[in-house]
Amino acid sequence: MAEVRMPKLGESVTEGTLGKWLKNVGDAVSKYEPLVEVVTDKVTAEIPSDEEGILIEIAVAEGETVRVGTVLAYIEQSRPASEQQPVLVESNQQHKAIEPLTTKQRYSPAVRYLAQKHAVDLQTLSGTGFAGRITRKDVLASLQTVNEQKETDKPLLPPTEEKHDIQTIAITPIRKTIATRMTESARDVPHAWMMVEADVTKLVKVRERNKKSFKEREGIDLTYFPFFMKVVVDALKEYPMLNSTWTNDGILVHQGIHLSVAVATEDALVVPVIHHADRLSISGLAHALSAIATRAKTGKLTLDDVSGGTFTINNTGAFGSVLSKPILNPPQAGILSIESIIKRPVVLADDAIAIRSMVNLCISIDHRVLDGLITGRFMKLIKGKLEAFDVTMDV
Amino acid sequence: MKGEINVLSKHHQLGLTDDQVIAMYEKMLEARLIDERLWLLNRAGKLPFVVSCQGQEGAQIGAAFAMDPTIDYAAPYYRDLGTILAFGQTPKDIMLHMYARAEDPNSGGRQMPGHYGSKKHHLMSISSPVSTQIPHAVGMALAAKMRKETFVTYVSFGEGSSNQGDFHEGCNFAGVHKLPVIFFCENNQYAISVPLAKQVACEHIADRALGYGFPGVVVDGNDVLEVYRVTKEAVDRARRGDGPTLIEALTYRLTPHSSDDDDRAYRSKEEVDEAKAKDAMIVFKDYLVKQGLLDESKEKTIRDRLMQAINEATDYAQTAQDPPPESTLDYVYAN
Amino acid sequence: MAVKLFIDAIRDALFHAMREDEQVFVLGEDVGVRGGVFRVTQGLIEEFGEQRVMDTPLAESGIVGVAIGAAAMGFKPVAEIQFVDFILPAVNQIISEAAKMRYRSNNDWTCPLVIRAPFGGGVHGALYHSQSLEALFYHVPGLKIVIPSTAADAKGLLLAAIRDPDPVLFFEHKGMYRLIRDEVPDGEHIVPIGKATLRKTGDDITVITYGLMVHYALEVATKLEQEGIHAHILDLRTIAPLDREAIIEAARHTGKVLIVHEDNKTGGVGAEIAAMIAEEALFDLDAPIMRLAGPDVPAMPYNAGMEKFYMLNPQKIEDAMRNLARF
Repeated sequence: MAEVRMPKLGESVTEGTLGKWLKNVGDAVSKYEPLVEVVTDKVTAEIPSDEEGILIEIAVAEGETVRVGTVLAYIEQSRPASEQQPVLVESNQQHKAIEPLTTKQRYSPAVRYLAQKHAVDLQTLSGTGFAGRITRKDVLASLQTVNEQKETDKPLLPPTEEKHDIQTIAITPIRKTIATRMTESARDVPHAWMMVEADVTKLVKVRERNKKSFKEREGIDLTYFPFFMKVVVDALKEYPMLNSTWTNDGILVHQGIHLSVAVATEDALVVPVIHHADRLSISGLAHALSAIATRAKTGKLTLDDVSGGTFTINNTGAFGSVLSKPILNPPQAGILSIESIIKRPVVLADDAIAIRSMVNLCISIDHRVLDGLITGRFMKLIKGKLEAFDVTMDV
Repeated sequence: MKGEINVLSKHHQLGLTDDQVIAMYEKMLEARLIDERLWLLNRAGKLPFVVSCQGQEGAQIGAAFAMDPTIDYAAPYYRDLGTILAFGQTPKDIMLHMYARAEDPNSGGRQMPGHYGSKKHHLMSISSPVSTQIPHAVGMALAAKMRKETFVTYVSFGEGSSNQGDFHEGCNFAGVHKLPVIFFCENNQYAISVPLAKQVACEHIADRALGYGFPGVVVDGNDVLEVYRVTKEAVDRARRGDGPTLIEALTYRLTPHSSDDDDRAYRSKEEVDEAKAKDAMIVFKDYLVKQGLLDESKEKTIRDRLMQAINEATDYAQTAQDPPPESTLDYVYAN
Repeated sequence: MAVKLFIDAIRDALFHAMREDEQVFVLGEDVGVRGGVFRVTQGLIEEFGEQRVMDTPLAESGIVGVAIGAAAMGFKPVAEIQFVDFILPAVNQIISEAAKMRYRSNNDWTCPLVIRAPFGGGVHGALYHSQSLEALFYHVPGLKIVIPSTAADAKGLLLAAIRDPDPVLFFEHKGMYRLIRDEVPDGEHIVPIGKATLRKTGDDITVITYGLMVHYALEVATKLEQEGIHAHILDLRTIAPLDREAIIEAARHTGKVLIVHEDNKTGGVGAEIAAMIAEEALFDLDAPIMRLAGPDVPAMPYNAGMEKFYMLNPQKIEDAMRNLARF
């Protein structure tokens, strides 16, 4: 059986449209007898049969457009097939691979140049190129490793030459990143700031009552921070606009609440993320916080640990602060600082004066996303929840 | 003599005034005198190269005066000094060109002598490969037809060039599209050293016009007024929209091919002397004298005036500024 | 914006240019009533008439020479040479006349001419319907040579060529006419002459190429991504003048350069590019500059196996790219 294929009717033609079939299925066809009309951009032509036999199948209907080489019909030949197709001789001369004359010691101009510039001893490198050749990429990779090594080898405050009374401290990469991000945030995001104070006397009592048993049961300290986190997460659920991101195409309101938590280490501030903080209880939050703080302080944070935060909560109270004005952590729209809990005399609702445990909560917001009204309600909700702890609750 | 029938002189029959024929003679003489000066400067070691118009001035001026340089265009060839002058270039322009000075209006010192061309004079730029200008002229004539303008384009070339493919391609194209172009062959009998008999097998170059479907005319190139007449007819035909004409003006190159050539190697002194006796300069001067339009004193006045201009032009060009060498890099592209 | 075939984008540019400017006209063999043997000029004669879409006698030197004359008078002729293989009778007009007109007349006469010609093989065109002749002309200052690789570029570069005040050779790979289609901006769309463009970025090897080979190289690059080989692909778009800055920058980017062209290797455009890189980027080179090009035989044979042997294809390009990456 022979195939009749769409011929290439012109040097630039890639397809053709079938006109009228001049033969029907079952018709006898002699060699060179027209079979079908084909219309292309360049010509209209009748396609002759290349075979003598019977047209047994029409594969493409009139009016259809098909690519060059598509089978149009099948012909049952009256002559045996073997004597027909010439064999296309494939060249046995393969495209020769370029065989570079190279050993490890043969260096390209780029490799020599980089080695000289950065004082790299090429003998110490292993090559990934052909036959072990050291490539430009190999040298560049080694430079990166050396740089990273140098970073970790550096003393925390590198010794610097004293110039009069000024001491220059070298900028570490992490310091540089913080500097860049904070500068961008302060410059690009219109910050608005608000503070509320809350009476957390009941919360102090809850924690006092639970801390011993918690430590025994859970193996970690029960701090105030998980309580604040829980309250903030609950408030964020009610005010999702605080859990969002400004973009020029629209405000992205995040479905999940991923809480960034500022953790101070000796030389820097890192902000790891507790993902899906809304799914955790106070004790769950306490564990997550403990785990992430340990990883931060031991330098074992993963990329996942530091990405994806939607709102930041900052425990400035740990430093004894009572008032702070945080800078937003882009692309988030809100950052909340929990200041120190301090006892002070407070005028109560019935004008009596009492000693209460008070805390200041400071929030900075992206004013493009949020206004004072929503933020005020959000803060009022937090204040209310903090003041309404049931002193009998078990954590 | 009084009482005789006043037969109209030839130039009057052609519609040329007395002043016009004197102007024609003056242009021929200007070309001849400049050309002679160029040879002197070459032999004096001042100019490295000269390619000459001598012997062809009559044909050139006869043809050029049949056109209107204010509207018509010419795509001449390197021997067409007479045509160049008739289209408005001055001895100073020519000398600046010969000395390859910055002020040369033809190429700013870039091209070798004889390679004229300036847009403001309606003269197409000339190159050295022969016949390339023929399709250009056809394209210029096509521009006239497409814009429905009445200018005609004149293109000249030697009989040697008529053997090039571009001659054929240009003539054929112009014939098909009936374009307003005058193909003007200055048959000076030699392609450098190769005589006409070794160049073509037909009797006349003009015979070839038959194959292109337009008229071909042979004219004595030493008969200035006859050249004027046939060219004027061709110009009128072209302006009417009747298409091209091929004119073959029979001339003789009185000098070697160029200052680097020695023609004694391929032709006899007798042959050259015979041609010099028929020089259009002599024939036309005789005609003007016979017509009472010119005498020795008037001729001397004209000649002195021309020589003064040529002297001044030579002096000016000799001391004119060269183009800055680094301007070699300019004008490869528009910017 | 619509997706158009390469050939339709070229026609689009001609329609646009001729509607915008009455000085633009098309001339060549079979360009009028027949609409060109490849149909590039189809439909033009119906809109613009037989004077602005002129069927000429079969004489290439005449076509170009007449176009030079018309260009000198302020027209903007777009001459079609039916196949680049047949441009050779017109070479005297192109090199002695068009390329030198501005220079020899000291900026007095100019030649704002476009010569379009299909080139390239792999279409059973044999010796005289398959050639790539860009190298013949790229040696000649005064000429510009453009070889587009996308439909959008074909339109934008042809319009730029028509507006250009100097002679431009516009070579169209005939295999791309009905193979390549992409988004082509409607109406006015100019792609500047002399600017190459990066078709893909990568940091392992740099491939510098043009025309149909851009598509082959991109196809291979996509495949090699999966092996971790990232190619940086520069589409020259203009052969003369070459975008020196883009070439050097692309070469520096990886230090490993493969130049690919269908035209034969010796004295090809690739030789000039290699020399340029060697002159200006030696200390960034991490491998020999490599060239993959057609073989140095006079032209492409007709026999299918021989043609396949001659032509570059994605497989040959893949081998070359992988070899260079491994170096």
